[in-house]
Amino acid sequence: MISVSTQTYSGEIVLTGCSGLLHLQPEGRDVFRIQVVSNSDVRSPIITLGSTSFFHVRINNLYVVAVTKCNANAALVFEFCYRFISIAKSYFGKVDEEAIKNNFVLIYELIDEIIDFGYPQNSEADTLKTYITTESVVASSIAAEESSKITTQATGSTSWRRGDVKYKKNEAFVDVVETVNLSMSAKGTILRADVDGHIQMRAYLSGTPECKFGLNDKLVIDKSERTGGDAVELDDCRFHQCVRLDEFDSSRTISFVPPDGEFELMKYRSTTNVKLPLKVIATVNEIGTTQVSYVVAVKTNFNNKLSATSVIIRIPTPLNTTSVDCKVALGKAKYVPAENVVVWKIPRIQGGQEVTFSGTAKLTSTTNRQVWARPPIDVDFQVLMFTSSGLIVRFLKVFEKTNYHSVKWVRYLTKASGSYQIRAQHAPHFFNRMPLQISTPEQQLVIDDASPRLAVYHGGR
Amino acid sequence: MSSFRAPPRKGENFELAADLNSEYKDKRKDAIKRVIANMTVGKDVSGLFPDVLKNMQTDDLEQKKLVYLYLMNYAKTQPELVILAVNTFVKDTDDPNPLVRALAIRTMGCLRAEKIIDYLCDPLQKCLKDDNPYVRKTAALCVAKLYDLKPELVIENGFLEQLREMIADSNPMVVANTVTALSDIHIAAVAAGVPRDQFAITTEIVNKLLVALNECSEWGRVAILTALAQYEAEDSGESEHICERVVPQFQHANASVVLSAIKVVMIQIRGISSENVSKTLARKMAPPLVTLLSNPPEVQWVALRNINLLLQKRSDILSNEMRVFFCKYNDPLYVKVEKLDIMVRIATDKNVDPLLSELKEYAQEVDVDFVRRSIKAIGQTAVKIDEAAERCVNVLLDLINSRVSYVVQEAVVVMKDIFRKYPSTYEGVIPTLCANLDELDEPEAKASLIWIIGEYAKKIDNADELLGIFVDTFTEESYPVQLQTLTAVVKLYLQKPDSSQALVQKVLNTATKDCDSPDVRDRAYIYWRLLSTDPGAAKAVVLAIRPPITIPRTTVSAALLDELLGEIPLLASVYHKPAETFVGRGRIGADSVQKKDPADDRAAAQKALQTVAAGQQAENLLDFSEDPTSDGQPSGLAATTVLTSTPAAANLLSGTSSNPLDDLVSIFGSASLNATPAAPANGNPLGGFGFGASPMSASPATPSMLQPATPQQPQPQQPQDDLLGLF
Repeated sequence: MISVSTQTYSGEIVLTGCSGLLHLQPEGRDVFRIQVVSNSDVRSPIITLGSTSFFHVRINNLYVVAVTKCNANAALVFEFCYRFISIAKSYFGKVDEEAIKNNFVLIYELIDEIIDFGYPQNSEADTLKTYITTESVVASSIAAEESSKITTQATGSTSWRRGDVKYKKNEAFVDVVETVNLSMSAKGTILRADVDGHIQMRAYLSGTPECKFGLNDKLVIDKSERTGGDAVELDDCRFHQCVRLDEFDSSRTISFVPPDGEFELMKYRSTTNVKLPLKVIATVNEIGTTQVSYVVAVKTNFNNKLSATSVIIRIPTPLNTTSVDCKVALGKAKYVPAENVVVWKIPRIQGGQEVTFSGTAKLTSTTNRQVWARPPIDVDFQVLMFTSSGLIVRFLKVFEKTNYHSVKWVRYLTKASGSYQIRAQHAPHFFNRMPLQISTPEQQLVIDDASPRLAVYHGGR
Repeated sequence: MSSFRAPPRKGENFELAADLNSEYKDKRKDAIKRVIANMTVGKDVSGLFPDVLKNMQTDDLEQKKLVYLYLMNYAKTQPELVILAVNTFVKDTDDPNPLVRALAIRTMGCLRAEKIIDYLCDPLQKCLKDDNPYVRKTAALCVAKLYDLKPELVIENGFLEQLREMIADSNPMVVANTVTALSDIHIAAVAAGVPRDQFAITTEIVNKLLVALNECSEWGRVAILTALAQYEAEDSGESEHICERVVPQFQHANASVVLSAIKVVMIQIRGISSENVSKTLARKMAPPLVTLLSNPPEVQWVALRNINLLLQKRSDILSNEMRVFFCKYNDPLYVKVEKLDIMVRIATDKNVDPLLSELKEYAQEVDVDFVRRSIKAIGQTAVKIDEAAERCVNVLLDLINSRVSYVVQEAVVVMKDIFRKYPSTYEGVIPTLCANLDELDEPEAKASLIWIIGEYAKKIDNADELLGIFVDTFTEESYPVQLQTLTAVVKLYLQKPDSSQALVQKVLNTATKDCDSPDVRDRAYIYWRLLSTDPGAAKAVVLAIRPPITIPRTTVSAALLDELLGEIPLLASVYHKPAETFVGRGRIGADSVQKKDPADDRAAAQKALQTVAAGQQAENLLDFSEDPTSDGQPSGLAATTVLTSTPAAANLLSGTSSNPLDDLVSIFGSASLNATPAAPANGNPLGGFGFGASPMSASPATPSMLQPATPQQPQPQQPQDDLLGLF
């Protein structure tokens, strides 16, 4: 009972896909346009007008809109909208007005397939690609046989994998990517530090492989089982639908038949023993009403064999800043007037190193005492071969009936983008809240099938 | 392909018709694409119906799909012509290719034309028994489509029995779609008033569902979990068993699966007798709930609204997780607002310090609405946690010193509640508040400050002077401020009769003679009579000790809360309102039947109330497909917004009031009448004249009749939270 449509930012309906029931008439589109698109003050992603509810998700300059007149499952509707976007991305590479306009026939076909009578059906892009293609399918008798296979697979218990996958070289890549979220108060107290981890897998394995996956020996997944000490503790984890949840629940083993190609095997969250790769100490002083001086020190907090790369530190300045005089020992710092920040870029910082930025911002006198939001200092960075949570991959075993040899690679990356924030210490009240963001590099591990020992490789794979 | 969307040319349809009849295959297909493109942008291409139909019989699957798409769009307007397509459809359901069979049966179900339905039954019968699971799962949903159009056909053909058998199908997706279809039919049947239970879930079915649960797709899991939530377990053991099987789903990557699993557990937990087991289950719920916050903002918001509900039932589940609800700088406002509410809910004397420093930060941000809510949250924390009240007051004082107008005003409003909760504790703050007297321009802030002055008139030396300012401008003030001034002056007079006789005389005179609000006049008369007949009684009434206020633990009634918990994560649980309030009758509106039943009366009452409350904002339950022209006023469409912004509507929405009159009265700022019987019982002749809308956080128990001195906030724009708190 939901129908989906996409609209451009200007409110033009590019496409309305209907699940056969609720046809959104032009009047309905107008209402949505007036209430959401041209309303600068939309304060909820769901809007109910009369008895019709509009769910919307914005992507680039498009709105993906789901409409219902029922007491629909709100979480499902949004998950479905995001799934629609990811399917479209996997088909067209990008989701924008042009892609939608150029592929409207295909999108109709897709919507018709992934949702029926308002109920989502098969939404695995990989399987969909086997029978919804950009080339025309001719319904010959050979095709009929082929279709039988496809349909059985699309509805089977491993709907995410085709049965006939073949590779010359059987390989699996595992990327452990951790995003560190930090919110630090001006006084240096950690308000919030946690890790959002993703284990991304690219499986290029023939046949129907059965995989078993092992993490740290000292891994605690339920808080109540906590032993304390140095064990890696995960607050919660979530798995791709291929993982057998009942088995995980009973014996804590992660076993699955992977989809072909890239997928997100696992997501996890950790809030204990989070190692912060970068420490930032910032002091901001207002000197009269015409100057603000900054001292920002960044210290790397990991082994000196590793290094943080692509470090970008954004230091907010007042809105009436005219120029900033920057002094840095490493990297480049530049005032970006459009964003009211000083952007300090450092291509690489070694472990154990400390670098400092000092600068003075000159302010114009202004009659308009516009309130400054005092955003926090924000740091982006990447650290390869490092995990903030301490999580490591112990083994990945692949079993297949042909018993082939497979090569497995592991890589670790800890990064931050947009959520590593440090509020600077401001002398007078009017400054406050600036985030710092940090980002990090990568590492590789090769796991041999025979021995669950880990080899570490630097550089490319 | 972009050329398909070129602007219309003269006689385009004529050209298209020619191309559709072309002898070349490619040209025909190209023409169909252009027809669909025109249809998409809203041009009328229904005239090409016969020409398009000719292209239906083809080996090209893509072309077939396009023609079907066209048919779906126009079948309703051209039912006679659709008959011509029936043969091809029926033939296609026998095609060797399962994709074609499924496509045909899927499309036939979507052609909402009366005439074609009769031809649907035979092929459907066949497809339900198809060898191919893909066809079966499509056919299962088709039964639900058929029921929606002509329920009697489904029953006559025995499709329901067939569906019930299909629950045991070997293919998980077929099971999931069968469950979906049965649930859908069940809902439709209940809505239509069919007494027979269409989908009774038995123990046997539950076991089958639990087996299928681990094998089917994420969407199928949602369907199965939704069905499981309907089941009433026979005993505690069975409930435990179901929970045990459902809990692994907490680890699923799809938020709707997680939330649906939580719903099942929340429902089954009621039947579990062992305290330990239910505690363990509640504890297991916390981590997945927190993880939901790493989703995209829209999903986060849905999760937060549901967490808010869950906390009303089990306030303890997230008490250790305060920090994850801290607002991120770049969260959308709707997420921030929900987080604020949840943080106050899980605040305890142990975690209040980080909360307060966080709230103080928020109160210095730029978004006015968010700042106000943050300040309000500080006030709620103060009222909720006695030990933290002093720290809250200090934070508020810091904020007042910032002298940002809206910050000061909101802080004053909040201070009033703190004074109400902790009388005679923070008098030291009063000078600071009064110093900002000139900055106040919002009625609510003014009214709050006046209430504070009146309350502490005895201790403020120049109270008469301060109140004099408001008495001088009495007629220019808004009604809430007038009412408050009136009460405060009377309080002042009762406490310091010597110095304020002239003032009280003046205010009573102005209020009874020059004021055009009947409420203000009436209250002035009552005071006048009270004061002139029996000053002792006046003291007893005006200076009575007020019952303490508390933060309501729930925003909805207990019965509604239970109902809503069963609807996680449906729209109802997101809105915290029962489904009837926002869902029209008939799922697609088009076939809504006008029935005379109490619900209608209620809806009518609601309609009337909204008109009264919202003035020009006329409510209309707009039906997009049926009657778009009846109301083109976009400003009047925001029915839900209107609903939440009036006390009366909130009353109706929370499902607690049966008498529309209650609501009419409450719109005008009076106390709800349910307290009326209590007043005469107290032997107070004034009981009937309730002026006192309870202050922000007053509990339902507040006998507001006897509290003319209670702060007045009769304007209907009160935030929803507070309104719901009244019930």
